[in-house]
Amino acid sequence: MQNIGIEQISLGIGFILLLLGLWGIISQKNILKIIISFTIFETGLNVIIVAIGYIRNKTAPILDSDELQTNTVDKIVDPLPQALVLTSIVIGLGVTSILLVYALKLYKQKKTLDINDYKDTKW
Amino acid sequence: MLRNSLLFILILGLAAIMFSVFMDYTPKEKLGPVAEHYAKHGKDEVGAANLVTAVVVTYRGLDTLGEVSILFLSAAIIGFFLKVRHNGNEEDPKIKRYSEILGTGAKLLVPIIVLLGVYVFINGHLTPGGGFQGGAIIASAFVLMLIALPRPKINHKVLSIVESMSGLSYVIIGLLGVLLGLGFLDNQILSLGTFGTILSAGTVPIIYILVGLKVGTELTGIIVNLKEIQNEE
Amino acid sequence: MIWILISVVLGVVMIAMAVIAIHNKKVTLSILSAGGVSLIASILYLLLAAPDVALTEAAIGSGLTTFIFFYALNKIKKYKHVEE
Repeated sequence: MQNIGIEQISLGIGFILLLLGLWGIISQKNILKIIISFTIFETGLNVIIVAIGYIRNKTAPILDSDELQTNTVDKIVDPLPQALVLTSIVIGLGVTSILLVYALKLYKQKKTLDINDYKDTKW
Repeated sequence: MLRNSLLFILILGLAAIMFSVFMDYTPKEKLGPVAEHYAKHGKDEVGAANLVTAVVVTYRGLDTLGEVSILFLSAAIIGFFLKVRHNGNEEDPKIKRYSEILGTGAKLLVPIIVLLGVYVFINGHLTPGGGFQGGAIIASAFVLMLIALPRPKINHKVLSIVESMSGLSYVIIGLLGVLLGLGFLDNQILSLGTFGTILSAGTVPIIYILVGLKVGTELTGIIVNLKEIQNEE
Repeated sequence: MIWILISVVLGVVMIAMAVIAIHNKKVTLSILSAGGVSLIASILYLLLAAPDVALTEAAIGSGLTTFIFFYALNKIKKYKHVEE
């Protein structure tokens, strides 16, 4: 039982969320549901990236007490994946808002939210 | 029917690949070489107590500049798609049901939430926090003002001036680094100060203040655009 | 040991909310479930020793995304009323 830690459970949760989001994108018909599946997909992806940088029994990379400043290399988790995920979450919000505005414009044009009615450019 | 079964087979195949990756994963024991450099020399080179801030602003400063420009691009695209006509002072066609408790509570809470957001991005290099978190909190305060008050007045000119000036100042600080001979977005053009106080770590607090203001006003601009088209047409 | 149990419980709740968000017929409940997934992910980031990421995910993923979704849904309903 000592072999399974938090990072492996989080990795598994992240993978399952990624697969659920992908399934939602392909199989749903309502455009708003497709956009919701995009946000679930991105949440799962961010959980995977943060879970890779975790090291057991170490603490957060903020040097606020004296004992963390002396021998920092042995006491903190990896700060690099956290910096990348910070960027990724904010960009996810930007992409979601552009998708929603585009869905509004599509509805105004054709009055339906079903994606099977938008087959104009198919052969 | 055929489509559903094909989709199921695709998801099963992807699940098999991810399962084999999951089984082969051995957890890390110690930091890699790049993170070891950040841990050993981060305190002396940057002088910030929050190592994630040191990575985002100094070691990976160009990525933060790229992200700020992506946010600006998305706000511009949304402003272009939702064409709002500002014809003088327009009234709400019907005043929605105004609740006295909600309105008074919102008037008390909005300055406090903005103060919390400003605190979070000024102390970004000492405690967990920073520009993006503080900007999101400021945008939430403006959303509360839009929802709870009957006739909210938001000045579009002030929002766009603050946003443009913050973005321009960020690039000018980066170019100052090149002019003084150190490198683009180097943080040692101001002195490093004593470790653990607010005025330490060179230009890191200044950059995070500018990023916090820019992100906050941008997200507010997106939501104000989405609200103003609600009563048109 | 107890942290492993807590993370397993949080994981099961998160996956249940994600399945509800995809399969439900009403769009309003899906939007709220997606906000719930983001909130529990923020708690999971705290268990993984990342306080900066937890702050950002709670403020942006769980707060602002839900607002933008509801504004868009309201505008679609108004288009439907105008047409009828």
